[in-house]
Amino acid sequence: MNAAKDWTNKGGALVLLVPALVFIVLLFLYPFAYGLYMSLTKADGTLSLANYARFFQDARDLRTIGVTLGIAVPVTLLAVGLAVPLSYHMRRGVPGERLISFFLIVPVTLGTVLISEGMLTFMGPNGWLNQLIMVLGLSQTPIRFTHNYAGVAISVGLQGFPYAFLMLLGYVSGINPDLEKASQMLGANKWQTFWKVLFPLMVPGIAISFCLNFVMAFSVFPSAVLLGQPSGPQRVIAYAAYQWAFEKFNFNAAAAISMIMAAIELFVIAIVLAWRSKMYKGASIVGKG
Amino acid sequence: MRDFKCISVRRMTKQFGEKVAVDNFSLEFGKEEFVTFLGPSGCGKSTALNCITGLIPITSGEIFIDDECIDDAHKSVPPEKREFGMVFQNYALFPHLTVGENVAFGLKLRKLGRAEVKQKVDEALRLVHLEGYGSKFPAQMSGGEQQRVAIARCIVLEPRLLLLDEPLSNLDAKLRVELRYELKTLHERLKVTTIYVTHDQTEALALSDKIVVLRLGKIQQVGTPEKIFSDPANPFVADFVGYKNAWEGRIESLEEKGGALCARVRTKGGLLEARLSYSENDTRRASIVAAFKAGLPVTTAIRPEDIVAGAGSGNNVFHCVADLVEYQGHSNSISACIKGCEESRVDLRSVSSVSFGESFEASVDPDKVLLFALPPEALGVGVP
Repeated sequence: MNAAKDWTNKGGALVLLVPALVFIVLLFLYPFAYGLYMSLTKADGTLSLANYARFFQDARDLRTIGVTLGIAVPVTLLAVGLAVPLSYHMRRGVPGERLISFFLIVPVTLGTVLISEGMLTFMGPNGWLNQLIMVLGLSQTPIRFTHNYAGVAISVGLQGFPYAFLMLLGYVSGINPDLEKASQMLGANKWQTFWKVLFPLMVPGIAISFCLNFVMAFSVFPSAVLLGQPSGPQRVIAYAAYQWAFEKFNFNAAAAISMIMAAIELFVIAIVLAWRSKMYKGASIVGKG
Repeated sequence: MRDFKCISVRRMTKQFGEKVAVDNFSLEFGKEEFVTFLGPSGCGKSTALNCITGLIPITSGEIFIDDECIDDAHKSVPPEKREFGMVFQNYALFPHLTVGENVAFGLKLRKLGRAEVKQKVDEALRLVHLEGYGSKFPAQMSGGEQQRVAIARCIVLEPRLLLLDEPLSNLDAKLRVELRYELKTLHERLKVTTIYVTHDQTEALALSDKIVVLRLGKIQQVGTPEKIFSDPANPFVADFVGYKNAWEGRIESLEEKGGALCARVRTKGGLLEARLSYSENDTRRASIVAAFKAGLPVTTAIRPEDIVAGAGSGNNVFHCVADLVEYQGHSNSISACIKGCEESRVDLRSVSSVSFGESFEASVDPDKVLLFALPPEALGVGVP
């Protein structure tokens, strides 16, 4: 027993960290550092900020930030915004919960490409959806759901919503149900109880699921290519990076774009986390009950 | 607070599917009374409490405050409009709010001015001895402190009825006693009408004006703590308030002597004499007479404290062998079996120590023996 204790005390425990550290270094830190290095060099290897300067001077590239934010922010807001009331409603379980969860998880497991392909035919001008709309007389001509903003937004939203919902459901069903009763007994109606008790307690979950959803949506690529007009209005930032890397074979410019993507994502996450800590101070304080 | 004289619950029933959690529950109590629902877990006491708050809708029955009907199973005043306060076993403080904000929660909903809220919050925190804790978060406080915050959060609103659902059960033994004293003092000071739910008879006896003993959703007995403790209505109540010696037997003779009913009961452990002071119109008296006439079994109920080690006068002497002795400070708790009858157990207290395996005599005054006719379900009739 003493030997075992000594072994852990004398830094032996660090040995156990090695596999994880190797993993992180090889698969995350090294590629990231290499990408950063590439973004700061020219093709001949000299250090330079030219790649960044080029991005910000190229109106067509610079525009991708706005385009991507224009997809990611509203879609994420909508996904999280829908997940909050739905998870609240399902916090004590509802009949058919397993079935609902199943249909929410399916799009995640199928992958973006399959979903997008399916949407192309289902929602296309001659797809079932448009045929139904015309039969019902809701519109005389087919409505465009594909190869435009709506197509990309729907696809990204379908992918993101299950994550937001499942994560929030975990949060809200973990809240002590007596808190709701207590609030009610103190004179709050359902609405007041939601806004004054449940919502503040859901804020950490909302913040995290917003961040995850936003990052996924901001790096949108297959949906934009398959369901948008990737060379036109839906030229998202990831597509710009792809074009520089694999059409113009300028990996340094592509690396710079990736770095800009990361910076924007971190910036948005920072804003969300700041909002979270402003809304919810009590969470960081833990103690024995 | 809207004034009232009396709250009455009439034939309240709550069913969850087939299961009847609260069965035909009728109870009336006055303003300022401290009423306790006492019973083992699963007896429906918490459900009854939640039904009275309106948090659980009732299946049938009525609840009145004076002549205002607040619930009749069809139309019910929502919990937030009943002006009741509730304290939970797990405190149920809002973790994202400070202690002060927790106490102010209900006041702010009532749109009181900032100065008034602050003054009332301070006063409530002073009442529960938590001055200066206003800016702490619940997670930074001990269980006892958290429960005091929960109490302050209710009384600051001057509720018509305060409901406490096992408020002390999560606390350790010492804190439990401390907070119990405080609850008692608080009630004597504020005179808030209170319903208290517990499974702990000590708490019930110490705090209550009136105790309601429940079992399987049915009221077994309603009475003052003294009444419940010294004069239980049936074997269940007796067992629950500590009459541990329940021996089955048959009455051999029954006679009237000086207003008391004198019975000689043949139990497995021997012949036992009981002098029952059940009054003329006591249903227990009628049922004992009926059991005697029909030759049906009865059960005794004797407190361990009423059995003395050493031979007393009269017939009620048992020769026992101690097989479990627990030292409890002021006395010993002894469990013994009767010589020649291993399955008959005697539980008693003794100041003098008896050692394991020792033979001794124990006796009980016939006045201290209660007898009950066994209820039908104990005889295997009417219950599957």
